[in-house]
Amino acid sequence: MESGLAIIGRRGVNFITKLGGIFVLFGRFVISLKDIHRSVGLIFEQLYVLGVRSLPVIVIIAVFVGAVSAWQAAYQFKFIGAPLRYLGQAVGKAVVIELAPVLSAIVLAGRVGAGITAELGTMKVTEQIDALETMGINPVRYLVMPRVLACVFMVPFLVIFANFVAIMGGLVVSIIGVDVSSETFLNGFRHSFQLGDLINGLIKAAVFGLCIGVVGCYEGFNTRGGAQGVGLATTNAVVLSTVLILIFNFVFAVLLFRI
Amino acid sequence: MNEPFIRIRRLKKRFERLEVLTGVDIDIEKGESIVVIGQSGCGKSVLLKHLVRLLEPDEGQVVFDGRDIRELSGSALIAMRQRVGMVFQSAALFDSLTVAENVGLGLKESRRYGTRRIGETVAEKLDLVGLSRVDEKRPAELSGGMRKRVGLARALACDPEVLLYDEPTTGLDPITADMINDLIVDLSQKLNVTSIAVTHDMVSAYKIADRIVMLYEGRVRFDGSPDEIRTVDDPVVRQFITGSAAGPIRSG
Ligand SMILES: Nc1ncnc2c1ncn2[C@@H]1O[C@H](COP(=O)(O)OP(=O)(O)OP(=O)(O)O)[C@@H](O)[C@H]1O
Ligand SMILES: [Mg+2]
Repeated sequence: MESGLAIIGRRGVNFITKLGGIFVLFGRFVISLKDIHRSVGLIFEQLYVLGVRSLPVIVIIAVFVGAVSAWQAAYQFKFIGAPLRYLGQAVGKAVVIELAPVLSAIVLAGRVGAGITAELGTMKVTEQIDALETMGINPVRYLVMPRVLACVFMVPFLVIFANFVAIMGGLVVSIIGVDVSSETFLNGFRHSFQLGDLINGLIKAAVFGLCIGVVGCYEGFNTRGGAQGVGLATTNAVVLSTVLILIFNFVFAVLLFRI
Repeated sequence: MNEPFIRIRRLKKRFERLEVLTGVDIDIEKGESIVVIGQSGCGKSVLLKHLVRLLEPDEGQVVFDGRDIRELSGSALIAMRQRVGMVFQSAALFDSLTVAENVGLGLKESRRYGTRRIGETVAEKLDLVGLSRVDEKRPAELSGGMRKRVGLARALACDPEVLLYDEPTTGLDPITADMINDLIVDLSQKLNVTSIAVTHDMVSAYKIADRIVMLYEGRVRFDGSPDEIRTVDDPVVRQFITGSAAGPIRSG
């Protein structure tokens, strides 16, 4: 029997090894960008598969995220006696800075990241990746680069939609549920809106997209066994990229918003 | 002495505690046709994968056309792999691509030919393996034997100098299998392709081999011509080629 400490030690070493492997794959991704012109078609295909097809789910979550943040903000405002004309500001800031980028990224880790791992993991266990290599095709250029690039561009793109839809969701709740006029809500939003917030949110989203893509590909490439291995790798990819997203998000908060 | 085209020296490979190859030595001349036989699980597929560096040996070396393949990196490795075609035991077709795209992928990505020429080559190679009207199908829509043949067509597409076949005729009906055997013989005789084929099927082994190599317990147990193997005394080899359950080899 292994002692508890030994198990923790081994897990720790495995985790560090994995982060190292992810970093190496990221490096190979960067190097493969020199052949980007050879993968244009594949990149567009992934932009479509990963991005456009994720739009419906992003719209749905954004409506409800905006709605619930307006509702909860109004509730808090009543509690502390703050004037409701600040509702638009509260919802707008929360959505643009945190909620839209983080929640979209987490949903996309589940949708897009899992899809990438399942696909590449299946290719791995059925020797398709070996086949690519024997044909002299670099799997990083052919498979990883288009997927990671698609994630880096598509997550911010989807976050722009999420921002817009979430504000609309907040607006509707304000009008119907809180009895704040659309004019008041939008004025509050407009007065507090800063382009910098939006840009920071989108930069974060791009970094989250990078996490989703690289972790998804890494787990796919390191899949072992059969169907069960693919399932395990997929779960690992979703958990790890979600954790990384939240850690990076905290780092961004500390760096960008000095208290 | 002349350096052979492919030289496998003291090749050792283990997976965790399982010792698969314990010192394999094989020399292969250009244009030769080698058949590798051996029990299921004895490491034939593992051996083939070492030849294109899909697996790294623990010890020993593989020399390809004068160069240790472990020293190849980047474009040199790609160049070496493009000289070799491999037919996987599981076919390993890209299931997101159509049959035609599978066969043409190597040509497309090496940017050797234009679209038109690729289309012609794909049709020609599919015809060689006896497939027609499957171009637009996905691998999932094919039978096992058809997939195998698409895998073969894909390996042939780039006109490689060396072909590695991992059980090219398993799962094919006897007539198609014989056609594939003829094709392998043709390629080696007419185009002087060097071929290394793994098979369990002794009929096809006799037909395509210049030399038969038998792996047993991680080493080469027999290495000689088809005529020599028919008259060999070694009970292990005898048992294998006659396919009898009684003898020194235990199954599993
Ligand atoms: N990637 C791997 N990881 C761990 N073990 C492996 C791996 N590949 C092969 N093995 C093991 O190595 C041994 C040899 O496998 P290999 O596939 O070479 O057998 P084979 O001779 O091709 O058998 P068959 O005729 O059934 O195809 C098997 O016991 C297998 O379990
Ligand atoms: Mg095998």
